[in-house]
Amino acid sequence: MIGIEAVTKKFGDSEILKKIDLTIQKGEIFTLIGPSGSGKTTLLRLINLLDTPTTGKIVFDGTDITDDEKVRLSVRRRMGMVFQKPAMLNTTVAENVASGLKFRGVEKSPIESRVQSALDLVGLPDFSERKANTLSGGEMQRVSIARAMVTEPEVLLLDEPTANLDPVSSEIIENLILRINRELHTTVILSTHDMIQGQRLADRMGVIMDGRMAQVGTTNDIFYQPFGKDIARFVGIETNLKGVVKTNDRGHAEIETGGAIFEAITSMLPGQRVALYIRPEEVTLMLPESGSKKTSARNQLFGTITGIVPFGPFIRITVDCGSPLTALITRRSSDELGLTVGMTVIAGVKATAIHVLPDTS
Amino acid sequence: MNEIVEGFSQAGSLIVTLNPDLLQIAALSLYVSLCATILAAAITIPLGGFIHFHEFRGKQALITLIQTLYSIPTVIVGLLVYFLLSRSGPLGFLGLLYSPEGMILGEAVLIFPIILGLVITALSGISRNIRDTIVSLGATEFQSILEIIREARFAIMGGVILGFGRAISEVGVAMMIGGNIRGETRVLTTAIMLGTGMGEFSLAFALGIILLAISMIVVILTKFISRRYEV
Repeated sequence: MIGIEAVTKKFGDSEILKKIDLTIQKGEIFTLIGPSGSGKTTLLRLINLLDTPTTGKIVFDGTDITDDEKVRLSVRRRMGMVFQKPAMLNTTVAENVASGLKFRGVEKSPIESRVQSALDLVGLPDFSERKANTLSGGEMQRVSIARAMVTEPEVLLLDEPTANLDPVSSEIIENLILRINRELHTTVILSTHDMIQGQRLADRMGVIMDGRMAQVGTTNDIFYQPFGKDIARFVGIETNLKGVVKTNDRGHAEIETGGAIFEAITSMLPGQRVALYIRPEEVTLMLPESGSKKTSARNQLFGTITGIVPFGPFIRITVDCGSPLTALITRRSSDELGLTVGMTVIAGVKATAIHVLPDTS
Repeated sequence: MNEIVEGFSQAGSLIVTLNPDLLQIAALSLYVSLCATILAAAITIPLGGFIHFHEFRGKQALITLIQTLYSIPTVIVGLLVYFLLSRSGPLGFLGLLYSPEGMILGEAVLIFPIILGLVITALSGISRNIRDTIVSLGATEFQSILEIIREARFAIMGGVILGFGRAISEVGVAMMIGGNIRGETRVLTTAIMLGTGMGEFSLAFALGIILLAISMIVVILTKFISRRYEV
């Protein structure tokens, strides 16, 4: 649907995007994730043809995007974009939603019914005559989505659509995005710095780090098999250990890190230096006195709790097992086990939950 | 102080009795200033849009020049337009000197920089976000300029009202181009000058009060119309 080929964007001397290659498929939800300032907004603006790339090219549904404003306008009119900060025209909600249709020269009578069905879609059917600038942030963002969707775009671009919203409004917007994609089959490209949102919505994800497309893949690829330390840290992998492969029996390896031995699945050969990545929610904790409860988790490591930090409904616990491990467990589990700093626990990790990459450092 | 109090009562009686001289003078004042404002606005709004939306060398210098011209003395504008319209001047063949139409031209020249400058300021006040949103919604370049002018309408209207205020209240251009000919080019301000010169202070005050009353009606009507027709 959209091809981005070796696109670079410079503002003055600073290179915001560095040789981005990316293909967006028709009908998918593609999420761009990355820290603030990594270039997500710039890339979306290039796709919406609001800016032009410094080098490289963009192809939309087979059309090469040139500098010709006529071509750019006709392609831009097949897309809709929702910005991080919704900008409302100083008029009614209905007039706001109608503006894209007016620009396209649609006649008056169909406009009214199309505006109404767009407002129905976003769940604001009675808002037509309200002044747009008096709405709440969440309502404005829904009006922005109605305004973009009223022209029935083939591609909907959303730049951090929930970044400034409360959790309830964010959830409404997320569900709306899913509905638009599933029911109207609109291709969606969304940027976010919220991994959970990315995971919830995306069919595929692209991680932008410092202007580069660091990794593109399914959410599972990126969450469990990140290409390197920066991505791992960004997607919430807290445990990152260095080690050496000791044995490897048909992919089932033993890896020695500072003070512990881990079993993991990898094709790395004995002697190779590797990095181990473990997601905190994959680490379980057990009390030693609970006896030898059999478990399928291959790695059972004795350790001492060194830190307990509340994290929303969860608690993040660091355990020193010779090497440091981080576990994310529920508050309730923590209370039932009576965990405190200094206690000895057994940390359990399945061999399949350890992601092994060559150590490049 | 007495003159002011008397001025109020005289203004009242002039209005109540529908003094024909006064009506003619007031109507001409309104006609000249409104026409001058409409003429200036009709040129400055698109021109301001053009200047704002195009990047060219010397743009900032031009804006500084426009803003400097806010302070041009009315008598200087009067003098310039006088030379233009005088019999030997380049527009002398139009025979506009000492006519209401000549006054309209002079007032329009006077308020041109004010409205132009305030249109540019009003357009700069529209955020980048709004501009991007409009372009993203599929507007052509022309449509987006129109839409942004529409967004800035209240600030632009403020500039236009200020231009009208300067046109109806100034005396330099009205005197030099109009000549204060009774029944032909006498407007409220030139009549006030004449009254003051002849020692009829309360009449001068009365005319001043009437001028402000007219101005107030125009401002209220403008607001009413802009609320009514644009949400």
